[in-house]
Amino acid sequence: MKLYKFLPFVIFSVISLALYIGLKLNPSIIPSPLINEPIPEFSLPVVGGEEAGFNSDDLKAEDEVILVNFFASWCGPCYIEHPFLMKLKERGYKIYGVSYKDKARATNKFLSNLGNPYYKVAADEDGRMAINWGGYGVPETYVIKNGFIQYKHVGPIHEMEFEDKVMPIIESIDQ
Amino acid sequence: MIVELGHYALILACLLSFIQATFPLYGAQYNQGRLMALSSPAAYGQLFFVTISFASLMYAFVVSDFSVANVARNSHTLKPMLYKVSAVWGNHEGSILFWALILALYGALVAFFGRKLPKTLHVRVLAIQALVGLGFYLFLLLTSNPFERIFPFPMEGNGLNPLLQDPGLAFHPPLLYMGYVGLSVTFSFAVGALLEGRVDAAWARWVRPWTLLAWCFLTAGITLGSWWAYYELGWGGWWFWDPVENASFMPWLVATALLHSAIVVEKRDTLKSWTILLAIIAFSFSLLGTFIVRSGVLTSVHAFATDPERGVFILIFLFIVIGGSLLLFALRADKMTPGGLFAPISRESMLVINNLLLTVAAMVVMFGTLYPLLRDALTGDKITVGPPFFNIAFGLLMIPLLLVMGMGPSVSWKRADLRGISSRLSFVFAASVVMALALFYVTSGDNFMAAVWLGLGLWVLLSTLFEWADRVKLFKSGALKRVLRQPRASVGMTLGHIGFAIAVIGMAGTSFWSSEYQGIMGYGDKATIAGYELTLRNTDGIIGPNYTAIRAIFDVSKDGVELSPLMPEARVYQTPPMPTTEAAILSRFTGDLFVVIGETNSAEYDQWAVRLYYKPLQIWLWFGVAIMVLSGLISLSDRRFRMGTLKSRKNK
Amino acid sequence: MKYALSLLFWMMMSFSLMAVGVDEVRLLDLAQEARAQGLMKELRCLVCQNQSIVDSDAALAKDLRIIVRERITAGDNDEQVLSYMTSRYGDWVLLKPPFDGATIILWMSPLFLLLIGFFVIFKNQGNRQETPNSAPLSADEKKRLKNLLKDKGGK
Repeated sequence: MKLYKFLPFVIFSVISLALYIGLKLNPSIIPSPLINEPIPEFSLPVVGGEEAGFNSDDLKAEDEVILVNFFASWCGPCYIEHPFLMKLKERGYKIYGVSYKDKARATNKFLSNLGNPYYKVAADEDGRMAINWGGYGVPETYVIKNGFIQYKHVGPIHEMEFEDKVMPIIESIDQ
Repeated sequence: MIVELGHYALILACLLSFIQATFPLYGAQYNQGRLMALSSPAAYGQLFFVTISFASLMYAFVVSDFSVANVARNSHTLKPMLYKVSAVWGNHEGSILFWALILALYGALVAFFGRKLPKTLHVRVLAIQALVGLGFYLFLLLTSNPFERIFPFPMEGNGLNPLLQDPGLAFHPPLLYMGYVGLSVTFSFAVGALLEGRVDAAWARWVRPWTLLAWCFLTAGITLGSWWAYYELGWGGWWFWDPVENASFMPWLVATALLHSAIVVEKRDTLKSWTILLAIIAFSFSLLGTFIVRSGVLTSVHAFATDPERGVFILIFLFIVIGGSLLLFALRADKMTPGGLFAPISRESMLVINNLLLTVAAMVVMFGTLYPLLRDALTGDKITVGPPFFNIAFGLLMIPLLLVMGMGPSVSWKRADLRGISSRLSFVFAASVVMALALFYVTSGDNFMAAVWLGLGLWVLLSTLFEWADRVKLFKSGALKRVLRQPRASVGMTLGHIGFAIAVIGMAGTSFWSSEYQGIMGYGDKATIAGYELTLRNTDGIIGPNYTAIRAIFDVSKDGVELSPLMPEARVYQTPPMPTTEAAILSRFTGDLFVVIGETNSAEYDQWAVRLYYKPLQIWLWFGVAIMVLSGLISLSDRRFRMGTLKSRKNK
Repeated sequence: MKYALSLLFWMMMSFSLMAVGVDEVRLLDLAQEARAQGLMKELRCLVCQNQSIVDSDAALAKDLRIIVRERITAGDNDEQVLSYMTSRYGDWVLLKPPFDGATIILWMSPLFLLLIGFFVIFKNQGNRQETPNSAPLSADEKKRLKNLLKDKGGK
């Protein structure tokens, strides 16, 4: 019995196993390399003005857990997650909003029409800040504690995901 | 009603395939003629019913019956008829039904043309064919039913992705499937032979023509897809090493190896185990490709709607079919009588090296495609394996392949005279090197790899021509008669290699020497690229059947000579809403001029974003591959491949 | 006519994320621009399925192209430009997988597989017997052979 004749079968079995495991995974979730890293330095102006909006030092100064949410008036899913952000504000979470590649007028209209869930809002008109945070679209939400990025959520954030993914992190950090 | 008939026919086809896969096998084992006789009628029956099934689905699309969920998801009343028809196979469920149809077609062909085969072999081959078919029918009926109704039904469908509404792409799947699925015949034959426990002359005679047929279709199908990407996607790219492209390329590589291996089996009655293994592997890659595209394990521009549940089904099916045959191979391959012997330098060994390189190339492509998945599964890291990897890894393997390809046809069977060959071919080799270096200097020597690839392409071209000239004794009297008397299979070989060489030269030109221009142009502005001068004369609006477009008109001239104007378009389709660009291409022997119109920058609509590309030798790529397909067809028409004639051949 | 065009334009602008634009600023130094192009071919467009940032028309791809050019102008070498990207997006953004301990099996796979292949071939050949008639043909035999072949018309 020439054992090497079994080689093709063995190789195939290994591949099948890998494919089986692969079926359980999701290829479109990309982890961020910035988790547990300090937030990148930045300074953004207010929406539609030259004055300072907020910067990385402001975020680092916060004691509690805060959220940083990237949004835009031209982004469909942002409308979907908006009501939930308002709820979070009611619950007492501080959300810093970053208007990503948007015109001031449109952003202001968005916030006045739907409501403003943000503690402070700043404008990232050229999108550079988002890139520095490893972002690649909107909406995206980051959980920050003591100036470190603890968690990144891509896409609109809903109640269920908040309970499942974000709350555990907030609770573990608060200990 | 017709749709329900189609559904019912599908169930009948499924039952028939079950019968075909089971009873005759038992009959072959225990010599029960009655059970074996079920085989061919079942195969014909399968074809009959699955054709009805497919036709009924097509009917639903043609009349835009939106009560069928599949039609509602993928069609629209405003679509041109051609695309209503091609939408049948342009979606997941329909394409699987299409797979099943072609599988049944090949099964019926095997039933018909194999009447003179030994009964037990014939029946076993059909049983394997039916087993594969059974998997597809069950997959359709249990997880991907194209005949599902939807209620309440919509008044209008979702439409088909505008990118797919193109004649080239409409024919791409049928050709590909005729290729992919065609490899099932040699697969069934290989497994059938393993079950029989012997490989005889009949088997050898069957492998080559059926592989050739599948190979021709696969080559044509892949090329059509590439050509479509070239003119439709807007930047002149034709190969991206995307997982779905790789899924069609892997079977092609192994099919090419199989083709060459089959030659050795036929002529020298050796390498039988290898050929059987290659036949199994080739179709395995076809099945694997089908899996990758539909299961969601990999992201791709091509992927159908992904569904892990379907993925599990296909995976289990794959494991049974492929794993089973590979296991059978491991256990039974020893039973094959060892064939003729050959020296280290001989045509057989050249072909072995050829097959090794092609198979390793296919495995490397597979490995690169699946590595992100493997890495994610084992460590959770996300890695991308993109074109840079494939170009380097695959390219490195192609270099020795091209070198051997030039030598191979000149090397004789069994034992070759190395000195004789090298003295004859070294002249050709030197000529290729000189020409490549000359080109290298002429293009200001900025890309060494370009010269290498050109040199290799020239080497294969010249050495193939040289071998042919030598064989027909071109410069002695009576040459014309000898040329015409060449067996078609030999003509096929020569032409096929020439076609490949031309394609390689084209690939080198377009990959290494392309140039690009980007800019904003207003009316009357000129742009130059590669000696061509383009002037933007005007723009106008166009209303198409299901789109609106802005068309730009460019006047083109070269060295003062005016050529026909180029008119690229920027289209916006309505359902679903999507913008596309239709490039304007001027194809010439020396290269393609490629013009794309983009956004307008000002409110006056008189400033436009324009991209120009020049792709040297692009047409050589398409032309070369077309020659390859032609060569395959010529080979196929060789009288020696007429089915059923068991004439002994002269050089046995 | 103007109305039709403006309608078309409006429809197109609403999809401006996908329209063909131009990179307005290319590097004036041709060598640097060539370097930039080479690096761009190695960076993945994050919001596309399987394209480099050179081929993609997405807005993010354009932003990343601008950043690549900036980094080159700022004096970064190739490695630094790429690590600027990977520090933000991870190794996933590289189209060319890194050459490290984990990927060595990938990069070495052609060689590795070839060696396995050769091994199996030799194992197979070794199991066959030696060629029975290893003596070369005599001149006489060669002539007979040639005549025989001529009769049959070719190989």
